[in-house]
Amino acid sequence: MGKRVLVTGIGSFWGGRVAQALEKRDDVDVIIGLGTDEPRVELERTEFVRADSSYSILSRIVRATKVDTIVHTFLVVDSTRTSGRQLHETNVIGTMNLLAAAGAPESSVRHIVVKSSALVYGTSYQDPVWFREDTPRVGSVKTRVERSLLEVEGYLRDFALDSPQVAVTLMRFANVVGTDIVTPLSKALELPAVPAIFGFDPSLQFLEEDDVVRSIDFVVGRTTAGVFNVAGDGRLPWSEVAAICGKPLLPLPPLFTGAAVAPLGRLGLVDLPPETLGLLRYGRGVDNRRLKSAGFTYRYTSAGAIENFAQGMRLRSGLGQRPEPYRYQRDVENFFSHSPAVRRPT
Amino acid sequence: MAPPTIAAMPGELHEATRGGALVPIPLEEPVDDPRRSDVDEWGRSERMRALARLLYGPVYRNWFRAEWEGLEKIPKTGGALLVANHAAPLPSDAPVIMHGIEEEVGRPVYGMAEHLFRAIPVVGTLWSRVGGVPADPDNAYRLLREQQQLALVFPEGTKGTGKTYDQRYQLRRFGRGGFVEIAMRAGVPIIPIAVVGGEESMPALFNMPGVAKLLGLPYLPVTANHLVLGPLLGTLVYFPSKFKLRVLDPVRFDVEPDQERYSKSRVMEAAEDIRLQLQDTLHDMLRSRKSVWFG
Repeated sequence: MGKRVLVTGIGSFWGGRVAQALEKRDDVDVIIGLGTDEPRVELERTEFVRADSSYSILSRIVRATKVDTIVHTFLVVDSTRTSGRQLHETNVIGTMNLLAAAGAPESSVRHIVVKSSALVYGTSYQDPVWFREDTPRVGSVKTRVERSLLEVEGYLRDFALDSPQVAVTLMRFANVVGTDIVTPLSKALELPAVPAIFGFDPSLQFLEEDDVVRSIDFVVGRTTAGVFNVAGDGRLPWSEVAAICGKPLLPLPPLFTGAAVAPLGRLGLVDLPPETLGLLRYGRGVDNRRLKSAGFTYRYTSAGAIENFAQGMRLRSGLGQRPEPYRYQRDVENFFSHSPAVRRPT
Repeated sequence: MAPPTIAAMPGELHEATRGGALVPIPLEEPVDDPRRSDVDEWGRSERMRALARLLYGPVYRNWFRAEWEGLEKIPKTGGALLVANHAAPLPSDAPVIMHGIEEEVGRPVYGMAEHLFRAIPVVGTLWSRVGGVPADPDNAYRLLREQQQLALVFPEGTKGTGKTYDQRYQLRRFGRGGFVEIAMRAGVPIIPIAVVGGEESMPALFNMPGVAKLLGLPYLPVTANHLVLGPLLGTLVYFPSKFKLRVLDPVRFDVEPDQERYSKSRVMEAAEDIRLQLQDTLHDMLRSRKSVWFG
């Protein structure tokens, strides 16, 4: 019998693409996509269920569908997208509801995969060059997105201790770039001149969005439990990142950087949250060998991911307005998933 | 009254996307690594390092006139932890050791030092481009064990560079012996290097702990260079003391590498042995030195 998987955040890049990847697997029988928004990618056999942002209906869904795997991609790591309160609601309360549902005595859940971020290591001048999964964080926790992710990881650790019957996979993703996803760093790289802090040329690590999806697909398929850093090989200086993208650097003052950036943010020119400014000062590297030794192979190095991103960016600017991408329509989806007229492969 | 609900605005919560990938993106073959610069994972660039050697060469040859003894004890291959005595508020010994070994043995040396450098604009970046690495056990293990490189540490740390001239060539405590534990874990020898000339290149007359604390610095002295050359030039320019360096026999440890922990007493004992050896060598070198300026 195949797996029955619940994917949270189905309306996001992560959830949608992960569900697409899982649909291709023979060993996955059922995929349920839970989200506050409609899916933004075309899905064939994923059932979409709408939920509120703190996922209060989750325990009902788990009870009713008897899923054995939950892929929790619905964690906000980009603080420019939401308010502090909403961030807490989504990340912390949402995860608590999810863990409560999964840990209930009669629960069928045997594997939980949670998407966290390398943001949990913070940035400080005292950081080691490479963070291993068990290297403690050096810098104090200053930003709200980091605080909420650390809280989530804490709950997850407790959950893993209390529920030995459930395999828990915690994945910490480095800076994701790609042709599709938009993050504060990718927005910075799309500006005519790339913001950089004067006097600092930090080494950063990147992960291609395709490797994001492949790594989640990998741990779901193998039920690999544990904490894993997910990041491309190598680190490269921010100046080199800008060079690969063919952009000049725009120096920001090294002192009072946040204050200098704030008015630009108001004008909507540059949107750099504090965790990104930290990265532009000291960079961050995470050791990706644990996931590799579990058997995962990356398709892109850090520099390869940036190259791919730069090619996508050039293609977009060279191409005219594209027709509107996929839009979810309930009737159409219902027809394809449930109508007896549709011939499905058996 | 209904409790206030926090309704998410559609599309507000997650990473924005452009709606579907552009063109067939998943490539069949892994993508090549299109590096443009030669900056390695430690932030070191061999090109920058070569430029630094070119610029520093005259200082090394004509100003400090560095002279080595026992350079052949530095291995041509394999990792080793170089350990030296430390002097001068703005340490003059690290560049001399790194330059000398890179020129004469032809191997890169990674200089491990205070994290503090990284926080200073321009200086921090240049420092790491020319081979500075924050002193951190994890960094050292990777360099020595996995990459079999030469790493240079000063176990005295700022206790060595923060001392005043009246305590010259008096080795401070060697920390808590962390460097010995790193060498044991990495399975590499420790090679002690005794340096004479550093203390006189920038003699600290007295410290100003209050001002240092205010500026967030580990120490802030007034040096003889300040008196002779003024506050600005005196901070950066060394006196032309004669540098002599003596490489001691490599110290190997008869323990298994990669252990979780090593006997603290064994570690402390080895650290103290190395300290005493270096101190004896310094005494010996000072005994035969006829002039601070001419050696």
